[in-house]
Amino acid sequence: MAAAPAFDGLSVGDIVAEHSFALTRDSLVRYAGASGDFNAIHYRDDVAREVGLPGVLAHGMLTMGFAVQPVVDWAGDPGRVVDYQVRFTRPVVVDPQLGAVVSVVAKVGQLDAEARVARIDLTVKVGDETVLGKAQARVSLD
Amino acid sequence: MPVNPELQGRVFPSTEPYLVGREKVREFARAVFATNAINLDPEAARAAGYDDVVAPPTFAVVVQEHTLAQLLAEPDAGIDFTRVVHGDQRFTSTRPIVAGDLLTATLTVSSVKTLGPHSMVTAESSITDATGAHVVTAISTLVVRGDE
Repeated sequence: MAAAPAFDGLSVGDIVAEHSFALTRDSLVRYAGASGDFNAIHYRDDVAREVGLPGVLAHGMLTMGFAVQPVVDWAGDPGRVVDYQVRFTRPVVVDPQLGAVVSVVAKVGQLDAEARVARIDLTVKVGDETVLGKAQARVSLD
Repeated sequence: MPVNPELQGRVFPSTEPYLVGREKVREFARAVFATNAINLDPEAARAAGYDDVVAPPTFAVVVQEHTLAQLLAEPDAGIDFTRVVHGDQRFTSTRPIVAGDLLTATLTVSSVKTLGPHSMVTAESSITDATGAHVVTAISTLVVRGDE
């Protein structure tokens, strides 16, 4: 297991993690089962179309859930994430054949030296479009 | 029917205790692409100082769901589920959720705001363990679309 990064070695603006996630319809069905959110817009094209959506959408909570994982891996322990928030800015459409690729860049946004907590700001995009706004994880470090 | 402004400040009865299972944590971890051994392997979790596998940061949504279901089912709430969009979400933790936790959630409607024909309902679910100690607060803002 990777050791936790040292708080003192960080500077605002540092990129601490980057990762891309390839979503398929299988990912959505798996998340529906794990979370208990069986809203049909996340796996049925006909239902998505009926309610006026451009296609089947990933659960916002799924996108929120994996977007923080590069930060967890960097921090070395999921328990170090003490606060995590996002705004659901734009839906992620998951094509039945092509799926969707979501990229995550995690950057140091703010450092609270007294609490030894780093605010990590996430840029979460599909292509050029940002899908999560104000995505921030507060990470407690030694 | 618009969202009832009198919902603001309402506190709902605590949910039935939810027992966090190890396989549930693993299932959820896999679903959010979590690969950290602390999420999956009890030995790795113990080596890191936890009693069992640690849930990913957004796992509290599973417990929070039960509270949001209470809110949507409230007869005088005026919230039409088919018009609800998840606006934003936050989790503020005292400690991470670990397999074996028995969690109870209590929902408070912290604010109801109107924005043109739409309403924004912010609901805070405070989740505590079997000893009554705070574990995590899950805060959701739901946007309820009105007639345009």
